[in-house]
Amino acid sequence: MAELMEITVKLFAQYREGRFKSQQRQYPKGSTAQHILEDVGIDKEKLPVGVLMVNGRHVEEDFVLEDGQIFTIFPKVGGG
Amino acid sequence: MSDKIYRVNMSNLSFKIEDVPQDWMGLGGRGLTSTIVAAEVDPECHPLGPNNKMVFAPGLLSGTSAANSGRNSLGAKSPLTGGIKESNVGGTIAGVMAKLGVKALIIEGMPEDDSTFYHIHVTKEHIEIERVPELVGKDNYFVLDSMLEKYDKKVAVMSIGRPGEMKMLISNISVKDPKGKLRSHGRGGLGAVMGSKKIKCITVDAEKFNEASASIVDMEKFKAASKVFTKALKDNPISGEGLPAFGTNVLVNIINEAGGLPTRNFRSGYSDNAENICGETMAENIKARGGSTTHGCHAGCVIQCSQTYNDKEGKYLTSGFEYEMIWAFGANLGIRDLDQIAKIDALMDDLGLDAIETGVTLGLAVDAGLIEFGDGDRAYEILKYEVSKGTHLGRIIGSGAGNLGKLYGLVRVPVVKNQSIPAYEPRAIKGQGVTYVTTPMGADHTAGYAVATNILNSGGHVDPLKKEGQVELARNLQIASAAVDSTGMCIFVAFPALDEPACLPALIDMINARFGTTLSIDDVMNLGKTILKTEHEFNLNAGLTKHDDRIPEFMKYEALPPHNVTWDFTNEEIDAFWDF
Ligand code: SF4
Repeated sequence: MAELMEITVKLFAQYREGRFKSQQRQYPKGSTAQHILEDVGIDKEKLPVGVLMVNGRHVEEDFVLEDGQIFTIFPKVGGG
Repeated sequence: MSDKIYRVNMSNLSFKIEDVPQDWMGLGGRGLTSTIVAAEVDPECHPLGPNNKMVFAPGLLSGTSAANSGRNSLGAKSPLTGGIKESNVGGTIAGVMAKLGVKALIIEGMPEDDSTFYHIHVTKEHIEIERVPELVGKDNYFVLDSMLEKYDKKVAVMSIGRPGEMKMLISNISVKDPKGKLRSHGRGGLGAVMGSKKIKCITVDAEKFNEASASIVDMEKFKAASKVFTKALKDNPISGEGLPAFGTNVLVNIINEAGGLPTRNFRSGYSDNAENICGETMAENIKARGGSTTHGCHAGCVIQCSQTYNDKEGKYLTSGFEYEMIWAFGANLGIRDLDQIAKIDALMDDLGLDAIETGVTLGLAVDAGLIEFGDGDRAYEILKYEVSKGTHLGRIIGSGAGNLGKLYGLVRVPVVKNQSIPAYEPRAIKGQGVTYVTTPMGADHTAGYAVATNILNSGGHVDPLKKEGQVELARNLQIASAAVDSTGMCIFVAFPALDEPACLPALIDMINARFGTTLSIDDVMNLGKTILKTEHEFNLNAGLTKHDDRIPEFMKYEALPPHNVTWDFTNEEIDAFWDF
């Protein structure tokens, strides 16, 4: 069995509906952002992903996470 | 019907209706206000003296059925920055002026007898100027209600509260919205300019004049373009979904997570208070208490980012409850209770106070020992009993952050050109910082919203913590914003415009259909460039130099958590902004 890592996953705006605000979750080492998006059940067809951040820095879906990081997921949002 | 220039001279209480000079024909909104201010106002004049002017102009598409076209521009020399100012507002004023054929309303001079205040009433080819001693010392809702009682309910109303009468630099001009609530011509202390001219309120009445909307040369073409434009606004996930559901306050969390939410007077880019005050919490409260997440600040808005917000008992607290306000009092001043911030918001609407300037000044007042972080009761009291009455403390807060900083010998003073920095940390969102230092308006987020590309991934992505590409980004956005601010469009059409290819051409088609012109995208962008250069030149002649295009020095040596970043641009890099 692959070694596990702890990731804090935070969801925002519409992504919170029926899910959670913030959770400590375990993933196999080497998991990508894409993997977590699927695991959390984000349907990009229904509501496109706007911004992904790891520890407050923008990342792409192929980003490989490390133990203890904070992963934040936003749909397209704006304001001013 | 051809549009006219309506001109009021407060020195002798007279008015004139003039033809529009050829050079001003193709201009509207900010393009027109900045052109007129540059042409007619001595840049060296005292902004509160007889030689400053106020220029109100609806956008090129205001008064038509085009979605989100009801924004009005106000231009003048700012008493806060000492430079040119354009302030943009929703509400009903732009549509009503455009329908009446008012291309611009120019107010000049100042009464010699300054013992009372006046009411200006604009109707078709006529203006009444009346003394209103009964309104002196009253605030905006009192004035609004008396005007609605006096005239048809659809009359447009603009007014100042007591802080504006006292010429405070944190004062706004309030504008009636379609539901009888208030929006603001904010920033730059323009309420003080209206106060200096002894004008308590301005009403514009188009009802007795039966032109249904502003004139349009090619109606078929206009309708077709308008359809494409509205669809682009509705299909875009930000303008079509995010803004209506959560309002502008949805930004609290994303700006905070990115480490760019100015906290405790710009000491950190991360606030532990975000969850209490964020758009998600606000939307939950609205759902639980009744109220509405969608509300347009003017008729014809299809985005509806505004809302009405009730207290726990379901009683109305405030509307137009925006991100900037909630940031200023929630993250920067540390108030943890959203309802308390809403209560302050309603009070500030009534008094006519600028949310950003007032909030930043109160944040700084903590460093001056005048209030403590998180003390919402004290903040409310200061505004309600000190600022409104012009006590000594009220005057100090009322003079804005830059002046308070000087009075108390403070160094961490977040202003550019003496105007408070809004809700995006320039050290951590560097493109936005470039806009703050270079825009002729003083620190202003709407002048070139680089947050879109630095943080929100609209129009691509430019790394917010790095210098690369930021000056070019800020320049392009400022040029586009100057153009958009001339159309009468709300700035949030920028999101679909950045990402939906059909949006911008449709906007230009609507302008061409209305005026029978053949403008291209390049023409419109050139207009944006000309506007910026006109404004910049006014500032240079007013005595502002490139040395005013600078970030507060503390941001160069105090590293901002959580990313521990400083402002690292060289002066040469910033000055290159103007190479176009
Ligand atoms: S989107 Fe918001 S700011 Fe723009 S016009 Fe509509 S309510 Fe006003």
